[in-house]
Amino acid sequence: MNDLPTLDWPTAVVFAPLAGAILAFAWPRRAAGIGLASVLLTTAAVAALALRVLAEGAVVTRLGNWGAPLGIDLRADGLSTLLLAMTAGVGLFVSLGALDSYAPARADERTRRYFWPLWLLLLTGLNGAFLSTDVFNLYVMLEVIALAAVGLTVLGGGREAVRAGLEYMYASILGALLFLMGVGFVYLELGRLDFAGLIAAEPAPALTAALALMIAGLLLKTALFPLHFWLPGAHANATAPASALLSGLVVKVSLYIFLRLTQYMPLPDELLVTLMGTLGAGAILWGGIQALRAERLKLLVAWSTVVQIGLIFVAFARAGQVGLAESWKAAALLILAHAVAKAAMFLSAGRIKDEVGHDRIQDLDRSPIRPTLAQFTFALAAISLIGLPPSLGFAGKWVLMEGAMAAGYWHWVGITMIGTLLSVAYFSRVLAGFLRFDRLRTPVAEHQGWALADTAPLVLALAALSLGLVAAPILAFMEIGYPFGATP
Amino acid sequence: MTDAPLLPLFILLTSLGIAPLLFALPERSAGLRTAINLGAAGLKVALVAWLSWKLSQGVIYDLRFTVLPGLDFNLQADPLAILFIALSAVLWFITTVYSVGYLEKGPHRARFFGFFSLCVGATVGIALAGNLFTFLLFYELLTLATYPLVVHRGTAEALRAGRIYLIYTLGGGLVLLLGTLGLWILAGSTDFVPGGILGDVAEAAPLAAQLLFLVLVAGLGVKAALVPFHAWLPIAMVAPAPVSALLHAVAVVKAGAFGIMRVVYEVYGIETAQALGLTAPLAAIAAVTILYGSLRALSQDDIKRRLAWSTVSQVSYITLGVALASPIAAIGALAHLIHQGLMKITMFMAAGNLAEGLGVKKVSQMNGVGRAMPGTMAAFTLAALAMIGLPPLAGFVSKWYLATGGLEAGQGWVIALLLGSSLLNAAYFLPMLHRAWFVEPADAAPGGLARRRIGWMLAVPPIATASLVLIAGGLANAPFSPLEWTRFIVALEYPQAAFDDLPEAF
Amino acid sequence: MNSGLIFGLTGIAVFAIGLFGALVMVEPLRRVLALKLCSVGAGFLLVVGAWQAPPDMPDPVPHALVITGIVVMISATAVALALIRRLHSLERASDE
Repeated sequence: MNDLPTLDWPTAVVFAPLAGAILAFAWPRRAAGIGLASVLLTTAAVAALALRVLAEGAVVTRLGNWGAPLGIDLRADGLSTLLLAMTAGVGLFVSLGALDSYAPARADERTRRYFWPLWLLLLTGLNGAFLSTDVFNLYVMLEVIALAAVGLTVLGGGREAVRAGLEYMYASILGALLFLMGVGFVYLELGRLDFAGLIAAEPAPALTAALALMIAGLLLKTALFPLHFWLPGAHANATAPASALLSGLVVKVSLYIFLRLTQYMPLPDELLVTLMGTLGAGAILWGGIQALRAERLKLLVAWSTVVQIGLIFVAFARAGQVGLAESWKAAALLILAHAVAKAAMFLSAGRIKDEVGHDRIQDLDRSPIRPTLAQFTFALAAISLIGLPPSLGFAGKWVLMEGAMAAGYWHWVGITMIGTLLSVAYFSRVLAGFLRFDRLRTPVAEHQGWALADTAPLVLALAALSLGLVAAPILAFMEIGYPFGATP
Repeated sequence: MTDAPLLPLFILLTSLGIAPLLFALPERSAGLRTAINLGAAGLKVALVAWLSWKLSQGVIYDLRFTVLPGLDFNLQADPLAILFIALSAVLWFITTVYSVGYLEKGPHRARFFGFFSLCVGATVGIALAGNLFTFLLFYELLTLATYPLVVHRGTAEALRAGRIYLIYTLGGGLVLLLGTLGLWILAGSTDFVPGGILGDVAEAAPLAAQLLFLVLVAGLGVKAALVPFHAWLPIAMVAPAPVSALLHAVAVVKAGAFGIMRVVYEVYGIETAQALGLTAPLAAIAAVTILYGSLRALSQDDIKRRLAWSTVSQVSYITLGVALASPIAAIGALAHLIHQGLMKITMFMAAGNLAEGLGVKKVSQMNGVGRAMPGTMAAFTLAALAMIGLPPLAGFVSKWYLATGGLEAGQGWVIALLLGSSLLNAAYFLPMLHRAWFVEPADAAPGGLARRRIGWMLAVPPIATASLVLIAGGLANAPFSPLEWTRFIVALEYPQAAFDDLPEAF
Repeated sequence: MNSGLIFGLTGIAVFAIGLFGALVMVEPLRRVLALKLCSVGAGFLLVVGAWQAPPDMPDPVPHALVITGIVVMISATAVALALIRRLHSLERASDE
């Protein structure tokens, strides 16, 4: 290794949070400062990278100049960069929200000490996964993400949180190992692990088995019905900023890898696509019913994540195998929309819980304390998750339904509409609690809870709401460097 | 000639832009809030006046940017749009005055006025939308902005009503989304163009075009309260009086009726719609709604509920006029868009005054209220007589054109329908007037007629709108009256009917 | 049936046994052990794939992958065990 590794933006995007994680762990008293600085640095690097991708197309870095198949390549095309930007943006505002949630008055010393290193480690894993160009690297990143995510789940330290975290841990390790097994099959068949090799490969039974194993692992990690059993508990019992990260970002990595793999690997046939859509439909119905029955606000929000994951798979399946070349864009838009809106929703749900003192949906209207701005934020996030205009969720749903209708796949149109109505029903349970006043004994004070802490979720919710208006440029950006390998 | 392309955007922002400000204002700064509200409402009236003047000079406003590949967010100021925003601007101003008076002491005023202005902003967007896609955006915004207004009182009853309202309107929105997508896929465009964009599709795939019409009208019919999608409207009257006034006069039901107008005239084009055999069923639905709403209104004792059923009936006059496919009936439909708004808002504000000043909420309690509140009841009476269709009031003008149009289109049954409906109108309004003016108040009436003083902010607005009812009817042929403006629009939508051929007097 | 295939099938079988255990077991510790078995199976498969008849050298890449996998799995096991201990102590505290 004669050359020093050239430091450029993809490298910085991965190593800035890693350095931050190490520093924050070594220096717990300054963890918050280091953490925030590191997140800001990462965000700046992502912004710079995005500008370069916009100007030059896909950017590739050969770490240590080894090159494939032995070395590790980092590659940023439109889709990668968009997900990096999503992670940076959501991460930045969740970090700001965390400053309040984990303020000394609210959280114990242990929580404050470990949040930042875990979150930065998670950020490293996320960014690494989005830039990876080979399946083994993806496996490693999945494990890094899993460990950090489990740590974030149990951060609150309660019994429920630890139990849910352990359940999550099993699901996560198992998912990663299934993925690893698939990786093994790929290597045995092709003798290489990079995406370029996958694209060039001829269909073979071993590759089909590899794809099946990897997809099974990813579905477990992304909690597609019926493999969602671990998600509601883990996301509902974590502390609010951790839930925001888990629901907003972590489940998206597996979806992203799924999108990549299905594009690069020779697909068996339409059966897989239909199966994914059917499971997605199951998630929409089952998750919707569970959300209608949920007694706690955060649990409802967690079930809504199950629903949205289902919707993303329906988007993927919306036009059958023929439409795959287009479908991934609908899915990617919905991934983006869900990340931003769900982070806003979890943060605001956490704010409501902090202010009111509980999050039992039935009793929200009995409380004379009404954190108005947090409730408003929750409603805005719900608008995007339901998919009402002009939100990003609407844009995603539009592209989904457009494709399904154009292809004549009316069942996907129908399931999307049913999902929309279900989401109206379960979110309006919460909104009614915000707006009901006749069960109060004491008058409500005005404008409660206009705390600075509400700004982070509010900005995210407003972004989710207004980004739909620039869906066209987002879609155009997504296509930079697509299909893979067409440009350097 | 294109000039100041941002003017429509400014008009939109006078309502939408102040909403965040109003939300953020502390509850107690009532003075500042009122100043912002009235300032913006006044500014809007002025801007709309300027816009309509510019438009009559031949200036074209077209603002667009791309939202999704091939799909634009598009604001266009055409004469039809001006008609609707002029109504919304004038009525916003008057209702704002009324709301300030009505809610002076109530809770959550910041929230109320914030959503109120969002709601008005949404109607402006609906009016200015240059394509169905943009229309859909504001149509949904309207639903979302009115929900907190409907449940404003925060009682279990209000929330139940709000839930039903939300289910109906968001369901309708979803169906409209489906229709918009269908249009986009079939026609490759969602633009509103006089004469329509579906002519070719209708020839190639008439069944698809017919189905699409069904979907679009179902989506719009929910807000327009067409039977069988009308049930939410009488329930939603639990909202505070100014909200009901605005909902029934300009915001929600009118958005639906306006949408149907756009779809028939500018998506299908009246000739295509006729060729596909779509106008006759639409007219039939409208006719059923007109009679059914009136019949149900007869048996309501709650004043606001009776008015709400009356709205179900009256708004369908607009749909009827569109569906008759005759230029003269179209004039009636457009004029009724304005006239019904003026009449109904007067009646709802008067009903609110009765509840505020006398505690009277039911028809059976109305004995002698005329003497207790002469100004309010005079306004109510004028509006009621206009609704019945007494010449030369506004309602008569609409009905005259509808009837003439029906004859012209060879649809004689319309005369019978209008006569029947007028009789029903009389049957449910005249007893109210009779009780108000000619029956002595019973001493035992609940609450007596213990009169509470209402301020000028409540007393003046219904009188102002009632005067507009009088003016719109009496001076129907004056330049810049609603009727004149509608003739201008109809000349655009019916290319075969030249402006000068359209009948001027009645 | 050559020896490569036998070893390969063994790896798959070990993985499958682990998978079964992870899905069926209730006791937390047993589930961790089952997951360990999964990882051994996956690693085994990769090592087998790397083997080439002498005099050729085995392919070093899968070995590197397996070592990485082992390191990752060790940390995952450690975290799982720490969580199990924490859960035990929390449950004991709430029982008292």
